[in-house]
Amino acid sequence: MITELIQPFDFHQVVVAPWTEHLPLFGWIALMGFFVAAACGLVGNYLILRRMALMGDAVSHSVLPGLVIAFLLSNSRGTLPMFIGALAAGAVTTVLIELIHRNSRVKQDAAIGIAFSALFAVGVLLISLYADQVDLDADCVLYGEIAFVPLEPMVTLGGFTLGPESVVRMGLVLLAVGVGVLVFYKELLVTAFDAGLARTLGVNPTVFHYGLMAMLSVVVVGAFEAVGAILVIAMLILPGATASLLTTRLGVIHLLTLAQALVTAVAGVMIGVWLDCSIAAAMVLAGTGLFVLAWIFSPTQGLIRRWTRRTAA
Amino acid sequence: MTADADAATPALEIHDLTVSYHRKPVLWGIDVAVAPGQLVGIIGPNGAGKSTLIKSCMGLLPVSGGWVKVFGKSLRDDPRRVGYVPQRESVDWDFPVSVLDVVLMGRYGRLGLGRRPGKADREAARACLDKVQLLPFANRQISNLSGGQQQRVFLARALAQEADLYFMDEPFAGVDAATEAAIIAVLRELRSAGKTILVVHHDLPTARQYFDRLLLLNMNVVAFGPTEEVFTAELLQKTYGGRLTLLSEVAQALGAGANAGGGERA
Ligand SMILES: Nc1ncnc2c1ncn2[C@@H]1O[C@H](COP(=O)(O)OP(=O)(O)O)[C@@H](O)[C@H]1O
Ligand SMILES: [Mg+2]
Repeated sequence: MITELIQPFDFHQVVVAPWTEHLPLFGWIALMGFFVAAACGLVGNYLILRRMALMGDAVSHSVLPGLVIAFLLSNSRGTLPMFIGALAAGAVTTVLIELIHRNSRVKQDAAIGIAFSALFAVGVLLISLYADQVDLDADCVLYGEIAFVPLEPMVTLGGFTLGPESVVRMGLVLLAVGVGVLVFYKELLVTAFDAGLARTLGVNPTVFHYGLMAMLSVVVVGAFEAVGAILVIAMLILPGATASLLTTRLGVIHLLTLAQALVTAVAGVMIGVWLDCSIAAAMVLAGTGLFVLAWIFSPTQGLIRRWTRRTAA
Repeated sequence: MTADADAATPALEIHDLTVSYHRKPVLWGIDVAVAPGQLVGIIGPNGAGKSTLIKSCMGLLPVSGGWVKVFGKSLRDDPRRVGYVPQRESVDWDFPVSVLDVVLMGRYGRLGLGRRPGKADREAARACLDKVQLLPFANRQISNLSGGQQQRVFLARALAQEADLYFMDEPFAGVDAATEAAIIAVLRELRSAGKTILVVHHDLPTARQYFDRLLLLNMNVVAFGPTEEVFTAELLQKTYGGRLTLLSEVAQALGAGANAGGGERA
C-alpha cells in the first residue's frame, strides 16, 4: 500500500537530474526558492526579535485586497502597480492595527487578528465580485505556483538574458533587503532591543516599525506568486527560528538564515521531484525538517543536549 | 556652550509638567530645577509616577502640559547630553546580542546612519565594562548573566553614552550587594566628574546615605531639597500616605529619635 502512495526514490532522477539535464527548469525554481526564503527570512529575523511573528501572517493576507485593487485600477499585473498595491495594503494594515489597539482595550494580537482577516475578506470578496476581470486565481494566491517560474518570459538587459521575470524581481527584492539590513543594522538592532533607548539616541522606533512593515509588504508580494499567502509565513519564521536554536549572535543568525534558505530551496526541489508534489510545499517541509534537526541536535539547546544534561545532573 | 554658561543654567529644569495616560493625569504641576553636579534620589511609593517622570523628561512619553529643559535647551535639540538606564525588566534578555553589543549601543548616538561602531567605540565600551567589573563577561550572551550583572550592563551602556545628565530607573532593584557597591561607586565617580544624576530609588534607609538631594514624589512633588532637610518622618508620611509597613521602615531609617512620630499611625 505504502509503496503505491510514495514514489520510488530514483537517485539519478531526484538528486542528479535537476542540476544537470533539467537545470534550465529546476535551476530557476531553486533560485527563486532561495531568493524568496532568504528575503523572507532576513525580514522574519526582525519580526521574531520584535515578537511580531503574527505580523507576517497579517501582512501576507492583507496584501491581497491591495493587489486586487491595484489590478482593477491599473488593469495590469505589472510589477509597479502590484508593489504599490502591496505597500499601500501593508501600511493600511499596520495603521489599522495600531489604531485598534491604541484606542481600545483590545490587545495587539487580537487587533492583528481583526485587521488582517477583515482585509483578507475584502480581497476574497473583490476577487469573487470581479472574477471575470481579475486574473488572480484563488488557489494560486493561497499556495503559489513556483513550478511555473521557468515558463515566464525572460527579462533581458542590454541583450543579456537575466532570467524569468519573477526571479529577477525577487532577486532585486533580496538585494534591497540585504542592503537595508547592512545600512540600518544598528538602528534595527537598537529599536528592536530597547525602543526607549533608541528614542533617546535620536533613532525613531516608529519610523523603523513602519519601515520594517514596508519591507515585509514588498517581500511578501514578491514571494506571493511563488509560494502563496500561506506558505510565505513559514518562509518568514522558519529560518530565524532555526538559527536562534543554533546561535546567540544576530549577525550569525543572518548568515544561518541565508544558509537555511539555500538548503531549503535545493532540498525542496529534490523532494518535489521525488514525490511529484507541489515544490513550494516541499520547500516549506524541507525548512521545517531543518528546524526539527536544529531542535533535536543543537549543541547548546537541542533536545539531546538537554536530555544528557539532565541525566548527567 | 561654555562651562560658565553650564554652571548658571540648571542641568534639568522641569516646569509645570503634567503627564496623563488615557487622559487620566498621573503627574501634575511638577516644578523642579536640578543644578549640575548633583546626585538626586527620586523617592515615592509604587505607582507614584517615578518612571513616568523619567520617561517624560527623556521625551519617551507625550506630555499634556508644561516643559522640560536640559542645560537650557529642549532635549530634541541636543539628545546626546542625556543618558538613560531603564528598568531592567523593560527589555528581553534572551535577545541574541553579547554584553559588549549592548554597551556599544550607548555609542550609536554619535555614529551617523550606516556607520558601524569602530575600534575607538569598542575601546570605550570595554573601558565602561571595566568600570562595572564586567570586562571578563564582554562576549557573553546577555541571558547568561545574573540580575545584578544585567543591571551593570545597563549602567556600562549609559556610561558609554558619555552624557552629562543621567536618568536611572531603579538601578538598585533586586541586585546583590557587590552590584550595589559597584553602582554606587560609579555614581560617585560620575558626580565627581561634574555629571548630574537622577536615580529612582525604593529603599529608604540607603536613600539617605546615597543622595545629596531627594525628590519626594507622589503624583506631584511633595518635597525637593537637600537630603537632611527633606528626609523627615512628616514628609515621608505625606509621600507614602502613612502606610504601616513603610512607617516602621521610616522609623528605622530615622533611628530612635523618630520612634515617637511612628506611633501616630494615620
Ligand atoms: N502605559 C501605561 N498606561 C496606563 N497607565 C500607566 C502606564 N504606565 C504607568 N501607568 C500608571 O501611571 C501611574 C504611575 O506609574 P509609574 O510611573 O510606573 O510609577 P512608579 O514608577 O512610581 O512605580 C500608575 O498608576 C500606573 O498604573
Ligand atoms: Mg517604576
